Amino acid sequence: MIRLQGISREFLVGDQAIKAIKDIDLSLDAGEYVAIMGPSGSGKSTLLNVIGLLDRPTAGTYLLTAQDVTQLSDNEIAQVRQTKIGFVFQFFHLVPRLTAAENIALPMTLAGIPPAQRRERVTEVLESIGLSERAHHRPDQLSGGQRQRVAIARATVMNPSVILADEPTGNLDSKSGQDVLRILELLNEQGIMLLVVTHDPEIGARARRRIRIVDGAIESDIQQ
Amino acid sequence: MTIRDVIAFTIRALQGFWVRTMLMLTAMAIGVAAVVMLTALGEGARRFVAEQFSALGTNLLIVLPGRSETTGGPPPLLGETPRDLTLDDALELKRIPGVRRVAPVSLGNAEVSVGARNRDVLIVGTSGDYQHIRQLNISQGRFLETPDPRRMFPECVIGAEVRKQMFGIQAALGQWLRLGDRRCRVVGILGTEQHSLGVSMDEIVLVPVSLALAMFNKESLFRVLVEARSRDRLTQTKDAILNVIRSRHEGEDDVTVIAQDAVLATFDKILRALTYAVAGIAAIALAVAGVLIMNIMLIAVTQRTAEIGLLKAIGAPPRQITLLFLSEAATLSMSGAVMGWMIGEFGAWVMAQAYPDVPIGAPAWAVLAALGVALATGVLFGILPAMRAAQLDPVTALSRR
Ligand SMILES: Nc1ncnc2c1ncn2[C@@H]1O[C@H](COP(=O)(O)OP(=O)(O)OP(=O)(O)O)[C@@H](O)[C@H]1O
Ligand SMILES: [Mg+2]
Repeated sequence: MIRLQGISREFLVGDQAIKAIKDIDLSLDAGEYVAIMGPSGSGKSTLLNVIGLLDRPTAGTYLLTAQDVTQLSDNEIAQVRQTKIGFVFQFFHLVPRLTAAENIALPMTLAGIPPAQRRERVTEVLESIGLSERAHHRPDQLSGGQRQRVAIARATVMNPSVILADEPTGNLDSKSGQDVLRILELLNEQGIMLLVVTHDPEIGARARRRIRIVDGAIESDIQQ
Repeated sequence: MTIRDVIAFTIRALQGFWVRTMLMLTAMAIGVAAVVMLTALGEGARRFVAEQFSALGTNLLIVLPGRSETTGGPPPLLGETPRDLTLDDALELKRIPGVRRVAPVSLGNAEVSVGARNRDVLIVGTSGDYQHIRQLNISQGRFLETPDPRRMFPECVIGAEVRKQMFGIQAALGQWLRLGDRRCRVVGILGTEQHSLGVSMDEIVLVPVSLALAMFNKESLFRVLVEARSRDRLTQTKDAILNVIRSRHEGEDDVTVIAQDAVLATFDKILRALTYAVAGIAAIALAVAGVLIMNIMLIAVTQRTAEIGLLKAIGAPPRQITLLFLSEAATLSMSGAVMGWMIGEFGAWVMAQAYPDVPIGAPAWAVLAALGVALATGVLFGILPAMRAAQLDPVTALSRR
């Protein structure tokens, strides 16, 4: 479903070009559970951002469901992100003034989906993350683990085919980290492709496929 | 994103940053209130003057000594006086067929005294026709009777306030009054609360014109008021007046004849220009509010960088983010403007209570212009911050906590 061919991403710092990822070839199929690991600064986040269309590669081709997405305009890319990709971030990134339910509904609101349909879907998703009673709480009234669950609910509300999580447990204690991971894995069991960037070998070991990146290149790609 | 959702999102954002919201609302409100209040005042002054003039009747001609050199332009209200406009000139005008009444006017200040009481008042020297031309009411006695205005008949008509101050509760009619170095008998008292061009008639003393000229030691009249028989013959009458004066002044055109309408038009023009000027100055406050909105929206974009990054990550295209931020700026400026409008109308109402004679009220054009300019500045100055938000790189926006 995802096919990267010769993907590189260079950053210009002053007049010096830094290659965050170099010439990456990678194929990911629908429904896979992949952990991306590697030392700090090796390019894991950059790779994830390129896959999530938040960032554009400086070289290479990227086919998403057989469509070359490197050629798309900003508006078309936004459209693809909206319908196919869900993001979960280390720092949750919830809108502080909106309630949990409103945060979860935000992608649907942006997409122009009518309120009745939104409410129905949000109730459903809230139930699946076990936060039905917290629907009308604002983020500052929730614990870290609850916030991350709300963020996951937001990532899934549009029924994406891929969920990209960059250190989703990085800001959580191990107990809430386990809960969050469990929810992500449940989504994966329903057929959504799951990509998790992590430092934690224990978490990495739970994935069926483990990719290790060093210095912007794939060092190993182990499939169980 | 539907319009209702955009509005809901905007309102939540405005509530979420209420200090900033109040600040911007206040700035906009001050600007709009200033425009509304100042134009209400200017327009009130203009309408007040117009009403005063139309109360005087429209077939009035005013003869002023001195020639207006400029053709076109406003007639001189205070001209130079190269040659006297004498009482004889004025009396001659009465013989023109189109003229019904002629009131020569001489003005000056003098001290009036009765016994130990004294004060300075405005002395108006004129003839019996003045009463009809200026539509004055007499509350007691009669007006000046001047079969021959050249005779210095020692009589006077006094305003209500002068009567009160000089005679208190005593009867004034028939009493003698000292006017400067002369004496005259009070033959009439004016009714109260009469105005002529905004000057109160309560505090004047009317005397025969020849007496006033003698008191002030003058040859020339201040002006001559001429009432034409009909409005249609105003121009003809005006030409006739000029001819008569020219023949009496050795062929020189050294007086100016203006119609009441022309004076009104001039005042109207001046006051209108003044209204535009104050509206323009007040509009600067609006522009300042616009700059403030831009500044605060730019700060908002910086503050909400992560939020913008997130919106992009979950699929908002650049133009949607532009729309959201523009909507915030527009909502702010519009609500501020409506608030300012209400404050301005209230201020105008308070002023109207304080000056009940003046018809104070903001004209519709000023209100519409103020609201329009407020919305336009809000949107215009909102564009730059909104575009900046739309162009943020989502990765950098999200990497900042
Ligand atoms: N915007 C940028 N400008 C310049 N260099 C950048 C930028 N973003 C990333 N880099 C560089 O690219 C390299 C890879 O960064 P990246 O964030 O992908 O690492 P990472 O593997 O996610 O590290 P960590 O585990 O610490 O999150 C680093 O050397 C980093 O300095
Ligand atoms: Mg990273």
